Amino acid sequence: MNARIMPLSGDPPGSKVLTAVLAVVVLGLALAPFLFPGAKPLNVAAKICIFIALAASYDLLLGYTGVVSFAHTMFYGIGSYGVAIALYGLGARWDAVGLGLLVALPLAALLALVIGLFSLRVQTIFFAMITLAVASAFAVLASQLSWLTGGEDGRSFRVPDLLQPGTVFIPRDVLGVAVTGRTLTYYLVFVCCVLLFLLLLRIVNSPFGRVLQAIRENPFRAEALGYRTVVHRILANCIAAAVAAAVGALNALWLRYTGPDTSLSFAIMLDILLIVVIGGMGTLYGAVIGGTLYILAQNYLQTLMGTVSTAAGEVGIPILPQLFHPDRWLLWLGMLFILSVYFFPTGIVGKLRGSSG
Amino acid sequence: MSATDTDVGVALPKVRADYLPLLLPVALALAALPFIPFSTWVTLTIAGLAMGMMIFVMASGLTLIFGLMDVLNFGHGAFIAIGAYMATLVLVPLAGWMQADSVWLNLAAVLPAVALAVGVTGLLGLAFERIVIMPVYGQHLKQILITMGGMIVAEQILYVFFGPQQIPLPLPTSLRGSFMIGEAAIEKYRVVCVIVGLVVFLAMLAILNRTKIGLLIRAGVENTEMVEALGYRITRLFVGVFMAGSALAGLGGVMWGLYREQVNASMGGELLVLVFIVVIIGGLGSVTGCFIGALLVALATNYIGFLVPKLALVTDILLMVAVLLWRPRGLYPVTSR
Repeated sequence: MNARIMPLSGDPPGSKVLTAVLAVVVLGLALAPFLFPGAKPLNVAAKICIFIALAASYDLLLGYTGVVSFAHTMFYGIGSYGVAIALYGLGARWDAVGLGLLVALPLAALLALVIGLFSLRVQTIFFAMITLAVASAFAVLASQLSWLTGGEDGRSFRVPDLLQPGTVFIPRDVLGVAVTGRTLTYYLVFVCCVLLFLLLLRIVNSPFGRVLQAIRENPFRAEALGYRTVVHRILANCIAAAVAAAVGALNALWLRYTGPDTSLSFAIMLDILLIVVIGGMGTLYGAVIGGTLYILAQNYLQTLMGTVSTAAGEVGIPILPQLFHPDRWLLWLGMLFILSVYFFPTGIVGKLRGSSG
Repeated sequence: MSATDTDVGVALPKVRADYLPLLLPVALALAALPFIPFSTWVTLTIAGLAMGMMIFVMASGLTLIFGLMDVLNFGHGAFIAIGAYMATLVLVPLAGWMQADSVWLNLAAVLPAVALAVGVTGLLGLAFERIVIMPVYGQHLKQILITMGGMIVAEQILYVFFGPQQIPLPLPTSLRGSFMIGEAAIEKYRVVCVIVGLVVFLAMLAILNRTKIGLLIRAGVENTEMVEALGYRITRLFVGVFMAGSALAGLGGVMWGLYREQVNASMGGELLVLVFIVVIIGGLGSVTGCFIGALLVALATNYIGFLVPKLALVTDILLMVAVLLWRPRGLYPVTSR
């Protein structure tokens, strides 16, 4: 294998345009604290990292294995809450983070195993329904068990001193940008997300990943060739769940808060679905492109929609203000989603790869 | 499966009737009896039956559509919400008739509301089937994604036209209040729900088992291609069943809206989950299974809600798990798919 593409597990982007775009994204994210100083841009950058890794883990299920799960936010939330509850209960210590991860990751994988055993035996459509039901029950449970999860308010907590915004490593006058605990947290998130992404890339390009794709294309043939489709699907589900939980933990560390809205809501599930479908199913690079575009659009286009809405309201056109109200963001995304499933099932990455080989 | 040897002289083996699941709701009700005071038990049981009937009305369309067309419509919840909103279009302007102390004026308001809800959801079902679902027949993955997208868009459009606030939908005067049987208070509207649900269930059974259309639908559930090969236009059947299923969702939406006395756009998504659980318990594609599943879920929710309120949050899921442990494909698995 070419040494240059070793970290990519022999699965390079495969098109010059795509490679260039990916390089811009990765560089932009790697240098974000210095290129785009300020609280909001850094927040957006961290969110992009988190959603890229989260969407990539979801793509393992949707794009590679061909099963639709609606419980991905549940696993994400388990990771989030695991770290949050540990840090809240034990105080801002590193062993609390470790304990949270140690409980959350196996719990997520175990739950994925149980759900898989119940529903993946029969058919994938069953799996979609059952994950939807379990995830919504879990969300209700998390918001009701206030003594543990803080209910609707969630849990705010302190992170270890090293990651506190008040910890200054390099003051502002040296580089023009202060390097603080916040910067360190960002790089922790960034590096972990890159590693998780490369791990997933390794998995989908392993023999195991090939079997998953065979199952996606034709489960009967895969079974006939001697691969246990159920076992492979369940294992993929467990891996995706564990990765999602790890990403959830990163999200908790970044936000220093975990609540139903940031970690369990169905809106996040829709975000992931949209990112994977628009970016391109069945290729992990789709998650990178989709995640970046989506989070950027969410943070900046939504504001634009508000402007359009008010402008239309002042001119006095009926319905238009409501149509472009920032809260109706999902309306347009939903349409984009449907259209892309119909007309661009391979997403942006598929288009880019198709056009220039 | 056993009739592979097609010897004409031999009579087909009779399908063995499976009555065991039918006893489940009864068993559940009886099991709860020792723990709950009798009058409360009666109230809870009636409430459970009413809720079950409403859920059944909503879920029956989904299970029928799946059974016949092999399409799992994640957008079904949207039809429920749309039905409820259509009812508010009639009932809010006619609030005066609703408040009047006359059964006839009340009916004059409720019936057009139901008719509008059923009509609009039926027509939307037609459009939805033709435009959204037709291109993706036979592709489960795309179906799930696209109908889910349709659900989101429909919910958002409801927000655009009706605003984000909850719309109150008060019950008509003649359906308000309750009457007493012994010491048990029974709300009138719940009795109405039970009657409507039973009528829908019996009508569906009658149509499916006693008419030619029903025969074709059942044949289509068994083997779509064979029905087509025999010269019937299966697509027309599809459209009809989809419209009927959507209209039932609309009817269920109106019933639910009146039961809760309010309507909001997120109700579709919330009810969809409940409907899915019921359909899974009943076995995908089975109307009878769906009926039993709905009753089981509603009764269990009511009893547990009274006995151990904390546990009520996860009753549905536990029930589903229990049923799937017993029968992994639901109570009455219909299709071999």
